[in-house]
Amino acid sequence: MPDKKIRIVVAKPGLDGHDRGAKVIARALRDAGMEVIYTGLRQTPEQIVTTAIQEDADGIGISILSGAHEFYFRRIIELLKEKNASDVIVFGGGVIPEQDVPALLKMGAGAIFGPGTSTVTAVDWIKKAVSEKDAVKA
Amino acid sequence: MSDEKFKEAKARYESAVNKGLEKRPERCKTFSTGGGIPIERLYDPDSAAHRDYTESVGFPGYYPFTRGVQSTMYRGRFWTMRQYAGFSTAEDTNARYRYLLEQGTTGLSVAFDLPTQIGYDTDHPMAAGECGKVGVAIDSLADMEILFDKIALDKVTTSMTINAPAAILLAMYIAVGEKQGIPAEKLGGTIQNDILKEYIARGTYIFPPAPSLRLITDIFDFCGKNVPEWNTISISGYHIREAGSTAVQEVAFTLADGIAYVQAAKDKGLDPNKFGRRLSFFFNAHNGVLEEVAKYRAARRLWAHIMKDRFGVTDPTAQMLRFHTQTAGCTLTAQQPENNVIRVTLQTLAAVLGGTQSLHTNSKDEALALPSEKSVEVALRTQQIVAYESGVTNTVDPLAGSYVVEALTDQIEAGAAEYIKKIDELGGMLAAIEKGYPQKNIQDAAYDYQKSIESGDIVVVGVNKFQTNEDDAAGMKLLRVDSSVGDRQIAKLKKLRETRGDAWKSRLDDVRKAARDEHTNLVPVILDAVRVYATEGEICGVLREEFGEYKENIVL
Repeated sequence: MPDKKIRIVVAKPGLDGHDRGAKVIARALRDAGMEVIYTGLRQTPEQIVTTAIQEDADGIGISILSGAHEFYFRRIIELLKEKNASDVIVFGGGVIPEQDVPALLKMGAGAIFGPGTSTVTAVDWIKKAVSEKDAVKA
Repeated sequence: MSDEKFKEAKARYESAVNKGLEKRPERCKTFSTGGGIPIERLYDPDSAAHRDYTESVGFPGYYPFTRGVQSTMYRGRFWTMRQYAGFSTAEDTNARYRYLLEQGTTGLSVAFDLPTQIGYDTDHPMAAGECGKVGVAIDSLADMEILFDKIALDKVTTSMTINAPAAILLAMYIAVGEKQGIPAEKLGGTIQNDILKEYIARGTYIFPPAPSLRLITDIFDFCGKNVPEWNTISISGYHIREAGSTAVQEVAFTLADGIAYVQAAKDKGLDPNKFGRRLSFFFNAHNGVLEEVAKYRAARRLWAHIMKDRFGVTDPTAQMLRFHTQTAGCTLTAQQPENNVIRVTLQTLAAVLGGTQSLHTNSKDEALALPSEKSVEVALRTQQIVAYESGVTNTVDPLAGSYVVEALTDQIEAGAAEYIKKIDELGGMLAAIEKGYPQKNIQDAAYDYQKSIESGDIVVVGVNKFQTNEDDAAGMKLLRVDSSVGDRQIAKLKKLRETRGDAWKSRLDDVRKAARDEHTNLVPVILDAVRVYATEGEICGVLREEFGEYKENIVL
């Protein structure tokens, strides 16, 4: 599949209103040539997963700063499994303590980008993860 | 200004500098503040020559209040040291408040969890996973009674970060006061009650603009008559800055929000000479000390002009911009978190040199989690050291007359006035928000800032320079709120619903009736409802049905 544009849903789950990070990463991914669908605030896990499936997204980037990350990552990953969409990669960032990262990765998150991460790091990781996923599919 | 001696000395200096630059260029081609205001190599009497001291700087306590709102400032009394706190249940947060009061904090500041801020009871599906995470969970007056247990409400002032449902939480506070035997006119404190910045930057809105403005002005009216010592709004630039704005935008968008509130209250028939006395503001303290000090001074002067010239306000107290400050959460780094203590110290100094009325200092661990008790203590001590040891509090507005600070004060005021003019042209702040104007400006600034960090043009110590490979947070004891908190809160709520009787039902009907008649003030009926333990979610539920909900205008 030559030059297929990577499609990413940038999502704000739950009630958290901090959208600076989500919007910065959305613009950085767009500037890196990806198609970005930004959900806006107050999305339920069901809405986020539905958007990802409808948009045929390669990945969901979850931004959460309210401390409710375990709850939302778990639910979104479960829903993707239920809808046979486990190939959608899930990653995220926000105010997430290092100690919580192993549990999120174990649930099936691909990467967690903490505060201070360069957008270049995130872009590179997404490109690599999507190409690996597509290789498995092909 | 310039006598011959000055001219000669200046010429000598400039030619020496120019010669020296050929051999040793400066670190950068140009210098600027974090917000992009160019910074000259040197400011001297020539930079001040055009300024009329009495007109534009003046004396503290007098129009245009550039030098502060009180005549003796911190020689009279220090600012209120007010640490924003709240987590888990009312019981846990009450314990934290009593600890803070023992440690010398002089005012309380309540952080509510997200379901409370957005008007959902803890057992609502939208509240799942969020109970007690970013603040304390309050479902009903029963929780509020526990939150202030053994804290006499006539001995403290309390600030509550609550916006869309501000009327409900204020009503609960008044009801707790009644139970303690303290009448409403003796209560002192602040509700944030600033919906416009929620649409712009913070995100905890519920209702559309028109009913939101009605609730806000109902509160102005009610408090003017019944809770005269209460600050009825805290018009907030803090979150606008946290979302990425520059210092100039922070001042501009905050004061433009203020203009919209004053106009709305005037349109309702309220007198700005009266309600204007209870308006308060809330600003950020970022790292750039000189720019921040100038920002506070510029904001005071600009607001005084706005109140006098635009709204014809003659009461000096109603012309004053009184403000709370919080150090900038967005400057805290997860890397080398100890460094955050130094950042917070600089930000504290800026807020104090800028004449703040109250201050919250952030804790070093807040890029990772809610702060632990130990790190909150260091944050409070930072304020106490600046207050008692630094000496900057012994004279009023110590940086006045500094050539650079006065020049920056003028530039920030002019830059902010320019934005406000643009917002007026767009039809005022509500129309500007609908068009995405402040949102877009803030996002552009945030994205530019991020790119500058990635290019190395902006240095953040420990993040893009002077990094170490240690596990930064290792050994830090972070505060955690586990999910059992939600289960406990839901159990409490269930019990309340079983034991509270039926009176709340007819009170909710009264709220609905009042919502339908815009000439009825909503606050008294809400107060009657909370007294009989109608929950926050029930009252907001009725108002949601009557008013509808705000739909975010996504700007990217």
